[in-house]
Amino acid sequence: MDGLDASVPTISPYRPLSASVATFGALMWSGFRRYATYRQATLAGSFTNIVFGFLRCYVLLAVAAGAAGGLAGGYDRRQLATFVWVGQGLLNVVGIWGWNDLAERIRTGDIAADLLRPVPPVTAYLAADLGRSGYQMLTRFAPPVIVGALVFPLVAPSRWQTVPLFAASVSLAVIGSFGCRYLVNATAYWLGDARGPLMFWTLGSGVLAGLFFPLRLLPEWLTITLWVATPIPGLLQTPLDVLVERDGPALQAGLVALQAIWAVIMVALASLVQRRAERKLVVQGG
Amino acid sequence: MIEMKDLRKEFTVRVKTGRFRREKRLLAAVDGVSLAIAAGEMVGYIGPNGAGKSTTLKMLTGVLSPSGGEVSVCGLSPVPQRTRLALRIGVVFGQRSQLWWDLPLRESFGLLRHVYRVPAADHESRLRRCRDLLDLDAFMDTPVRQLSLGQRMRGELTAALLHGPEVLFLDEPTIGLDVVSKQAVRSFLGELGQAGDTTLVLTTHDLADIERLCRRLVVIDHGRVVHDGTIEDLHSRYGSRRRLVADLEAPLPPDFALPGATLLAAEADGHRVTFALESIAAGAAVAALVTAAPVRDLSVVEPEIEDVVARLYTDSR
Repeated sequence: MDGLDASVPTISPYRPLSASVATFGALMWSGFRRYATYRQATLAGSFTNIVFGFLRCYVLLAVAAGAAGGLAGGYDRRQLATFVWVGQGLLNVVGIWGWNDLAERIRTGDIAADLLRPVPPVTAYLAADLGRSGYQMLTRFAPPVIVGALVFPLVAPSRWQTVPLFAASVSLAVIGSFGCRYLVNATAYWLGDARGPLMFWTLGSGVLAGLFFPLRLLPEWLTITLWVATPIPGLLQTPLDVLVERDGPALQAGLVALQAIWAVIMVALASLVQRRAERKLVVQGG
Repeated sequence: MIEMKDLRKEFTVRVKTGRFRREKRLLAAVDGVSLAIAAGEMVGYIGPNGAGKSTTLKMLTGVLSPSGGEVSVCGLSPVPQRTRLALRIGVVFGQRSQLWWDLPLRESFGLLRHVYRVPAADHESRLRRCRDLLDLDAFMDTPVRQLSLGQRMRGELTAALLHGPEVLFLDEPTIGLDVVSKQAVRSFLGELGQAGDTTLVLTTHDLADIERLCRRLVVIDHGRVVHDGTIEDLHSRYGSRRRLVADLEAPLPPDFALPGATLLAAEADGHRVTFALESIAAGAAVAALVTAAPVRDLSVVEPEIEDVVARLYTDSR
C-alpha cells in the first residue's frame, strides 16, 4: 500500500488564503452540482412560481386599483408588478423555504460525518448554499421575470447604482437567509427534531420577508421596527425595494447596509450556536 | 498514537417515576476506559450492543466531548483540536455516509481533495491504488444514491483514505455486506494493515473481521474493558480447546482413555465421539484413536471465537 502512506505534513490547519478559497470554491461547486442533478424539479418549480406570480400580481394590482392615487404602500402599478415577478424569481435564489438538510442530519446522527471534516460546518454549509443559490439564479430567476415582463408592464431601474446595489442586496439576502435557516435547523441539536421550528419559520418568514404582501402596506412604525429589529425583511423585501427604487438613493443604500449588518450577525450567530451545540452534542444512533 | 486514561462518558436520561414525575439519571456509556494503541497496530474493539464502542469512537474522533478522563489521538486533544485532527484521521461508519448523496463518486473524491487540501499527485496515486484494489472503476460515475451497499462501502473506504490518514477508525465497516463484498473489504484492510503505516481501530459484530485482521482484541462491556490481549489469550483465558470429532466403525473399548484429552460426547451408540484436546497434539490423538478402533472419518475443529466471546459477554453481565 505504498500509495496510501500516512504522511500529511504538508497540510496545515493554518492554511494560506488561496487554499481556503479553493476549498470554499470546491464546496460551492458541490452545492451547484447537487441542485443541477434535479432538472425536472427545476422545471416543475418554475411552473409553480409562475402560477403563483399571476395570483399575487392580480391581488396586489387590485389593491392598488382601490387605493387613493393608485399607489399601494407607495408603489405604483409597474413597481408592484416588478415587485411580484422579481420576487417570484428570487424566492428560490434566496431559498427561504424548504431547507432542512442540517436538521435531518442532526436527527439521524449523520452530522457526525460533517464534524469529521477539516472545515467548520457553518463554512461548509454556507459555501454549498452559495453554490445552490448560484444554480437557482441561473435557472429559477429568469422564467418568472420573463413571463411577468411579457404580460405586465414592469419598471426598469433609472439610477446607475440600482443594478450593483440590487446584486449586492441579493447576495446579502442569500447569506442572511442561510444564517436564519441554519439557526432554525440547529434547534434540532436541542429538540432532536426541528419540524416545529421549521413550520413556524415557513409561516413567519413568508409574512415578514414581504413575500405575501409588501411590508410597506403595514403601518410605518411596524415596518421600521421589523426592518431594524429582525433580519427577515432583508431576505426579500430589501432587494425588491432596491430594484424598484421605492425610496431615495440614500435610503436605498442604507437598506443594503442594514441588510449587510444583519447578514454578518446571522452568520456569526450560526457559528456561535454551532460551537455551543458541539459542546453538548449527542450524536444520535450507534 | 492513541491514548485514553480513565475515559468516561455519561448521558443524562429521564426516567418516568410517576404519572407526571420524571427523574434525571446519569447513565455511564463509557466508564473509565484506559488504553494505549501504538502506531501501526490493528486493534479490534468489540462488545455487545450498547457496550460503549461507538461512544468511544466518537470521543476519539472529536465529535463527542468526554465527561471525564484524558484522551489523545496523534498527540492532539480530539474535541478542541477536531479540525486539525480531521486532517490526520480517517473514519468509516458502516451505517452512515460521508459521501455526497447526489454526486457521483468521482466528484465526491475530487471534492475531498480540496476539502483536505491534498496535493494533486498524492491524490491521484492514492485514488489509483484504491480503484485497483477495490474495483471502483465500474461505478466511479454513478451518483452515490444509486450505489449498492457494497459499492458504497468501497467508496467510503476510499474517501476515508484519500488524505493519507495516520489512524483509520472503522465502525462496523462490513455491516450488511454480502460475502464477496465483505471479503473485498477485509482483504483491502488486511493489505493496508500489513503496510504498517496506518493504525487501525475496528469495531464490529462480525468476529471473522477481527480474526482476519486484528492481532489485538479489546472487549468492552457496560463501558468497561473486560479483555485486552490477543485472540489466543482470550482462548486460553476461557479454556477454549480444539476438538477432535471421529466417526467410528465400532465403539471404543470401555477402558479407552486419551491422555491429555477429555471425552466431551459419545453419540450414535458410541459411533461418534468428540474429544477436547488439552495437552495432546492433534496428530498424537489421531494416532491413539486409530489404534483403538477402526475410524471411518475424523476432523479437528478449531475453537470458535464467537463461542468464547459469547461466554465473555455473558460472564461480564
